[in-house]
Amino acid sequence: MSDHIGLLASFDYVDSAVNAIEELRGEGLKDITAYMPYPDHHIEEALGYDQSPVRVWALAGGLCGAAGGFAFTSFTSMDWPLVTGGKPILSIPAYFIIAFEMAVLFGVLSTVIGLFINSRLPYIKPMVVYDPEFSAGKFGVFVTVPPDRLGRARDILNGQEPSDLREDPEGVRHAS
Amino acid sequence: MSTATEVPRGAVPHPDITDLAEVNRDVLRPLGRPGLGWWMMLALAIAGIGLLGVSWGFQMWKGIGVTGLASPVGWGVYITTFVFWVGIAHSGTLISAILFLFRAPWRQSIYRAAEAMTVFAVMTAGLFPLIHVGRVWHAYWLIPYPNSRFLWPNFRSPLVWDVFAVTTYFTVSAVFFYLGTIPDLAAARDAATGLRKKLYKVISLGWRGTDREWHHFGKAYIFLAALATPLVLSVHSVVSWDFAVAIVPGWHTTIFAPYFVAGAIYSGVAMVITLTVPLRKAFGLEAYLTTKHYDAMAKLCLLTSMIVFYAYLSEFFMAWYSGEEVERAAFWARLFGPYWWAAWTMLVCNAMVPIMLWFKRVRYSIPALFTISIFVNIGMWFERYVIIATSLHHEYEPFAWGMYRPSLTEMGVMVGSFAWFGFWFLLFTRLLPPVAIAELKEVLPTPMRRAVPAHGGLEGGDR
Repeated sequence: MSDHIGLLASFDYVDSAVNAIEELRGEGLKDITAYMPYPDHHIEEALGYDQSPVRVWALAGGLCGAAGGFAFTSFTSMDWPLVTGGKPILSIPAYFIIAFEMAVLFGVLSTVIGLFINSRLPYIKPMVVYDPEFSAGKFGVFVTVPPDRLGRARDILNGQEPSDLREDPEGVRHAS
Repeated sequence: MSTATEVPRGAVPHPDITDLAEVNRDVLRPLGRPGLGWWMMLALAIAGIGLLGVSWGFQMWKGIGVTGLASPVGWGVYITTFVFWVGIAHSGTLISAILFLFRAPWRQSIYRAAEAMTVFAVMTAGLFPLIHVGRVWHAYWLIPYPNSRFLWPNFRSPLVWDVFAVTTYFTVSAVFFYLGTIPDLAAARDAATGLRKKLYKVISLGWRGTDREWHHFGKAYIFLAALATPLVLSVHSVVSWDFAVAIVPGWHTTIFAPYFVAGAIYSGVAMVITLTVPLRKAFGLEAYLTTKHYDAMAKLCLLTSMIVFYAYLSEFFMAWYSGEEVERAAFWARLFGPYWWAAWTMLVCNAMVPIMLWFKRVRYSIPALFTISIFVNIGMWFERYVIIATSLHHEYEPFAWGMYRPSLTEMGVMVGSFAWFGFWFLLFTRLLPPVAIAELKEVLPTPMRRAVPAHGGLEGGDR
């Protein structure tokens, strides 16, 4: 990878970015990063995304929270079994509320952790491969290519009339 | 994250916005140098927080006796205001999570302000249990922790459920709010300079809007919304059970949970209108918060006002129909007893005034909606006062009846809580983008070079 070269193109239009991504992938250039001001599903589809593993985090966190809520209320009640209001020591309907709240709390926290791990946030490396326009209205396509295919990749990107195209050898180390 | 198939019925929601980058310019403009008006409001808010601090400090110094709380009315203005603020919080989550799951096309431009309102309202509500317990230095007893005597809270008590519900709600709504702002903080970072750029750089977590980030972000957002939806319904249900589980006449009814949830959404949407009307005017966001958005919020207000009115009527009906003497006396006292003014304020503000929302001209008039929303805010505060104070003052035994008069300390704390809320909301309007930039772009026309479909499923024009 060390001899690879990065190409960063900015597009004004979604379809230009989608065409560029599909052509690059057709050429076998799979190391592509797209930049979007909002989540555009055309681009996500072009990159061939699968299901996000974040859903597993949400489920696991929720189940752990629910189990923890039930366990906590039950064990602390049995630790000091004092009857109040004539209710059973293990008052399951009442404990269900605590378990539910804990399920939501841990489900949410675990989802966020899953998001951070999967999307590699926070991103603390220098923002070399980036353009402030990407958060405004431009769509970016960054591709790393071996030197012998640089010309072909450049032709593909230029074919979609980018508003900006820059060669960025430094960026390869910082990409994704 | 809506997709191409969910084209809103009718026209595009924001016909005056043509360009994606224009959204950044318009929404980030208010983050510039604040005007004199903003500083004056901030000074007012800080003065109000001073009032809150002085009142609370006085109560800490002298003890809970400086309030009007005494047997039989042990819950008064503090608990009323607590329920009021928890209720206000609800519509933020409704707009951000529930309407997100229902793909309502009008939520994008409002939800950021509504979510901020939620977080700050829960922060305000959270003060009241601490104030109400009196000896605030023992407030940590509410939290189950392994203490030296191995005593644990009574998990059968609704008050303990409340601790769990409200802390969970605060955490979840704060996380949801922050997560949603990350892409917009990145947009603010890209437009800012100097110290602000550094600040936004840190809090945007280095967001670049890459496909990987958006892909997982979208999925996480759906799950957060799906988890927040039952949570928001549970929180106000739990708050209502603080009352409904007790056998006080006027409290002990099964309709309390849905009745409170509807009331919470009602008051919250009204508060969103109250807050966004000046915001829209001050920051020139008319193209984003259009009259159509206010029409949609007004309809939500109308629906929930009818649910709330139905709940009032069914309470009165059940008191009569049950033949329960104590219940009948309590509800008679509610309307014609010494607190008649509170009950009638509630009925007029919450049930009568919103009848005007049936008229389209009213729903499309911003000044009219603003005025009605103020009435609803007042009415909903009085609703909780009626439920809490008037029910307690007239329980079973005539010798145990008694009056409650809020003291100046309590009023100081109550007024101060609005200043505390306003303080955070003012900071929000200047530090964070008040409209969700990235999500708004999803409902704008997709920028396409070719008008004709270039690929399967790719269409020009609106999404």
